[in-house]
Amino acid sequence: MRLDPRISQTLMKSLLWFLTGLTLFILIFIIVNISIKGLPQVTLAFLLEDPVDMGRGGGIFSTIVATIYVTALAILLASPLGVGSAIYLTEYTREGWVTRIIRFGAECLAGVPSIILGLFGFVLFVMKLGLGWSILSGGLTLAIMVLPIIIRTSEEAIKAVPQEYRLVCYSLGLSKWQTITRIVLPSALPGISTGIMLSVGRSLGETAVLLFTAGAALRTPLTVFDSGRTMAVHFYILAREGLSMPNAYGTAAILMISILLINIVAYGLMQHLMKRYS
Amino acid sequence: MKKELFIERILLFLALSSIGSLLIITVFIFWEGVPLIAHTGLKNFLLSSHWAPTRGHFGIFAMIVSSIFVTLGALVLGVPLGLACAIVLAEFSPDRVKTILKPTLELLAGIPSVVYGFLGVVWLVPLIRDYLGGPGLSVLAGSVILGIMILPTVISISIDALNAVPDLYRDGSIALGATNWQTVRRVVLPAASSGIITAIILGMGRAIGETMAVIMVAGNALKIPTSILDPARTLTANIALELGYASGRHREALFATGIVLFIIIMILNFSATIITRRR
Repeated sequence: MRLDPRISQTLMKSLLWFLTGLTLFILIFIIVNISIKGLPQVTLAFLLEDPVDMGRGGGIFSTIVATIYVTALAILLASPLGVGSAIYLTEYTREGWVTRIIRFGAECLAGVPSIILGLFGFVLFVMKLGLGWSILSGGLTLAIMVLPIIIRTSEEAIKAVPQEYRLVCYSLGLSKWQTITRIVLPSALPGISTGIMLSVGRSLGETAVLLFTAGAALRTPLTVFDSGRTMAVHFYILAREGLSMPNAYGTAAILMISILLINIVAYGLMQHLMKRYS
Repeated sequence: MKKELFIERILLFLALSSIGSLLIITVFIFWEGVPLIAHTGLKNFLLSSHWAPTRGHFGIFAMIVSSIFVTLGALVLGVPLGLACAIVLAEFSPDRVKTILKPTLELLAGIPSVVYGFLGVVWLVPLIRDYLGGPGLSVLAGSVILGIMILPTVISISIDALNAVPDLYRDGSIALGATNWQTVRRVVLPAASSGIITAIILGMGRAIGETMAVIMVAGNALKIPTSILDPARTLTANIALELGYASGRHREALFATGIVLFIIIMILNFSATIITRRR
């Protein structure tokens, strides 16, 4: 006997909506759970004091400094490379074997698991180049990790700038480079910022790469040659070694909420850009 | 004009950074790992389950099997859930719901893997231990957590695939008297199948390469798991657990483990690219 198509449609739609609801529930459960248990731990003292006794007491100040340090370095290194790549891909070449190789490289790089990047950063920067476990080693490896994100979003943003803008510039006698720096890049800036913000989000939450390149020293890093423990690494160590559940939840809450906020703003910026030019 | 050419050269140089990084990574991982495989023998390395680095035994068969189990488990959970979300978002939800639901679900991608692992330890592992038995830290726990972690990948690529199906197909099917669901099942899903397969392959790559969450929930035992309630150590976990103190041959063995992982991931990426191209 075959089911009436209308009944099977109702059944399937309910099932699909149920599964979507379940996914949404998982997301909300994660956010609410970490926030409820973590946010009460977050006081000004928690943010501004250094960890005491391996993190059993005190706050997380030194890990915040290390996180910002290593992330800023990664973004500083990856942005010129990523935006430059995107400009070359969109403005200087026709689709051909060169662009295909570059795109293929970026796509594959995006698929490389972070533990492989960690291995690589460890052997090249930490060992071979003698940089040791340091902010510099961590920043260099993270830069490679976020490069594909910056390339992809910048490319989309630059492509979204209407062709007429460029034609007007050429007709006014501007050179190609002047057109790019004065008109195209400023118009694409919201989209490029999206890519950079997504990269910041990725860097904040990264653990496997940094554990083996930046190390886990709890002192506040001063120079780029110092080792530094980022918030994600600190959270991992607190949770895995059962040092302090309250401090683990507090660190997780700050980490998760900052990443979510950054991602929401980045998404909003991209929507704004797409709306303007479509 | 000379300046323009100079700028173009510089930009080309910058643009080669990603493929250049990929090449350097490949060279270094292989350079460090191949000597050990040559020393142990490829067959011994891949097909022996005896891993005792201090006594010179480097067999990773159990870890390969564990990685495959955990990844397949993740697909069993993640693919239906992700596909359901994608179908609802692309086909069945009104625009207003879509504009809120889609970015909300994308937030799943922003949650760090250590947080997934932590919640797995706090909530999932005790549940499995109390209701299903075993140590709790298990293939099942790893699969569930990874299944959730691959959702953003599966959802976003599947949505793109569904959106790429022209509306003409849907209109034609509806005009013939099919219901919305019949249209989705018989017309839209088959038309989007190559994109959905790409989504599954990339989700698989994400699952097999994930490290921190798996270390926290899968138990890391050094034997071939015989049930989903057994603890297991994946390839990624093996690298991350031992890299901190390994040296000499032992460290080379970890890089060799990395080579195996790297090759699996590259095969998955290649297949995804080829399938997308053909479309």
